[in-house]
Amino acid sequence: MTTETQKSTTQQPTEWEYSAAPERFPISIERTNKLFIGGKFVSPKSRKWFASSNPATNEKIADIATAGAADVNAAVLAAKKALPKWSKLAGSERAKYLYRIARRIQERAREFAVLETIDGGKPIKEARDIDIPLAAQHFFYYAGWADKLQYAFAGRSVQPIGVCGQIIPWNFPLLMAAWKLAPAIACGNTSVLKPAETTSLTALRLAEVMQEVELPEGVINIITGAGDTGKYLAEHKDINKLAFTGSTEVGKILMRNAAGTGKRLTLELGGKSANIIFADAAIDQAIEGIVSGIYFNQGHVCCAGSRLFVEEPIVEEVIHKLTHRMKSLRVGDPMDKNTDVGAINSPTQLQTIERYIKTGVAEGGQLHKANTQRLPSKGNWCNPCFFTDIQPSHTIAREEIFGPVLSIMTFRTPEEAISRANNTPYGLAAGVWTDKGSKVFEVAKRLEAGIIWCNSYNKFDAASPFGGFKESGFGREGGMQGLKPYVKLV
Amino acid sequence: MRQRVDTVMVEERASSFTQRSIKTQSKTQGLRLALSMIDLTTLEGKDSDEKVRSLCRKAITPWEGKMTPPLPTVAAVCVYPSLVTIASRALEGSGVRVASVATGFPSGQFPLSVRLDDVVKAVEAGADEIDMVINRGAFLSGRYEEVAEEIKQVRLVCGGAHLKIILETGELETLENVRAASDLAIEAAASAGPIADGEVFIKTSTGKVNPAATMPVTLVMLDAIQSYFDKTGVRIGMKPAGGIRSAKQSLHYLVMVKETLGNDWLTPKLFRFGASSLTNDILRQLVRQHTGRYTATYDFSEA
Repeated sequence: MTTETQKSTTQQPTEWEYSAAPERFPISIERTNKLFIGGKFVSPKSRKWFASSNPATNEKIADIATAGAADVNAAVLAAKKALPKWSKLAGSERAKYLYRIARRIQERAREFAVLETIDGGKPIKEARDIDIPLAAQHFFYYAGWADKLQYAFAGRSVQPIGVCGQIIPWNFPLLMAAWKLAPAIACGNTSVLKPAETTSLTALRLAEVMQEVELPEGVINIITGAGDTGKYLAEHKDINKLAFTGSTEVGKILMRNAAGTGKRLTLELGGKSANIIFADAAIDQAIEGIVSGIYFNQGHVCCAGSRLFVEEPIVEEVIHKLTHRMKSLRVGDPMDKNTDVGAINSPTQLQTIERYIKTGVAEGGQLHKANTQRLPSKGNWCNPCFFTDIQPSHTIAREEIFGPVLSIMTFRTPEEAISRANNTPYGLAAGVWTDKGSKVFEVAKRLEAGIIWCNSYNKFDAASPFGGFKESGFGREGGMQGLKPYVKLV
Repeated sequence: MRQRVDTVMVEERASSFTQRSIKTQSKTQGLRLALSMIDLTTLEGKDSDEKVRSLCRKAITPWEGKMTPPLPTVAAVCVYPSLVTIASRALEGSGVRVASVATGFPSGQFPLSVRLDDVVKAVEAGADEIDMVINRGAFLSGRYEEVAEEIKQVRLVCGGAHLKIILETGELETLENVRAASDLAIEAAASAGPIADGEVFIKTSTGKVNPAATMPVTLVMLDAIQSYFDKTGVRIGMKPAGGIRSAKQSLHYLVMVKETLGNDWLTPKLFRFGASSLTNDILRQLVRQHTGRYTATYDFSEA
């Protein structure tokens, strides 16, 4: 007995690998998904449908209705019809609906998380721990404001704007819907929301929640479709306010079209955010900030820290540690609970990312394939990577890639760090890493960015305003400031 | 220069390891590995020869039942110097090592000559490994050279015995102190002569002070080990001790080691748990996976 056990004593390092840990929560998905207009699911008058697929396999999940001009019109009219009653409802009564929505999202959280992962490709870990809880938190947060609006704007009285057209992107589908809808309806507006065409399913499931909580018909309408649907919505004459999150390119078009119409506009657009690491930072922890800054959600984050500026004396150490750290990033099946980096949202986006990587190499950048995890044979995948030998004039250091691709540059003085960081048409977010408090404030004050994280990155909270400078847009979402785009001050 | 450490991000990363889902085969394999890394410990004033003998039996044969493949032995039995002779007799030929705390454990508040003598006696009595405590008083008052010199002296009298340096992180309080003490301990041990892989460990706690081992503290110490490896290619070992009681916790630690230092460190040569009640919780889980049934606490021998 003794000798038997002795032999089995582990003395050599073990190749201990994690077994597959798939999330198995069963959900059902309708084969055809209709439009949500006036409190009911209705077939599109356009009679057109489009397919939505799972980015991890590129297999079709369901058909989704394409809202044509007539459908958009119907949705806007439904919102318009609901407006008088909803806007006159006491704030405390509106709050009850928001609380119910928040609770219902929590109750159905696992279902939402699984659906988000199937439809969008993000790791289940992130959908479960970030997207869905934050979406619920947003409704809770703005429920709290609904009957306290006059305190948010001292000395002014507050009125809703009217019918809001809201267009959201595919990177945080349910969360962006919550960001848009919660403040809008809390302030007494009604809404027509259009999710991105590759990720419509969680928004439509949120429509089910609206039915469950018996939200008055027409207060929230959800219409699906691609660019044309968005165009019909943006250009509809009965929209009083347009809120858009997406590319700067589309944002500029919307702004041109809205000019002279009297429509209010808020835009949350692209970014090329700087993450600045000083030599006096806690380097091991800064590495974590780099990783969560650029590889979170496959880099599909408008505030991703895609430009890394490292103080020259520590650049080799940072590259060495980052390379080591990236080896432990687990890329693959988004439904596996141990996956850190999931699937790229669509084949088109994958092509865009791959094109940028090629451009980076062609322009003389050195590509570091620090993560060499084997990728699944089907689906859209990109190993996280980074570039060195990059100058601020390189294409990949100027344009938003929206993928897991980082550009590493250096600086010598705080002055140089600030001027390099600000040398971009964008101004959404920035990160500052230093152990010195005075430097944090000095640098943060002079960075032209709407959100600045100090010794952390990509932290979100419903109470904290989010929005950009320059071509990253205007208007704030979240926090008390997030009420302003949805009220008329009189 | 002192390495800077940011508590917020350390805690965040440490908690990320607890989010890993370790199931089925990886769980069995991980638990067996954790079992083989345990320094089965008894450090009480009332320790008897009998208790140490029964602990040694447990170390060699953690469970009396049959399992295929057979369960590993634990890594070592850790006792006070006065009980080393008993332990080394009981463990002879088993492959389980004898570890002894020394240097005036747990406080270290003794003259250096007494502490060194403590080590010499333990080694003479047959200890394969010495778990020393650092002079926290000197460290906290900034007398770093004194701390380093003492560690060097201890290593010089260890002879062939491996050395584990207990920082007593609960008394150092801040993570920056933990990192500074880790760096200092490793460098001091190295100043006494070249280190073979696993010949020197850094260890969190005596188990006599709260808090003992925590995930953030261990992570900071692993970072120090990584830095030393990057610089020299030498692998220092790590031993969290105290407060690790459940099988699940032990898996969290293994995940942390795997995702920082890597698979190379997943061996009892380089990673240990200082624990006693952990053993039975691991056994409970392994037996459940083996038989499909939950067991009662009294199904396992106590020591």
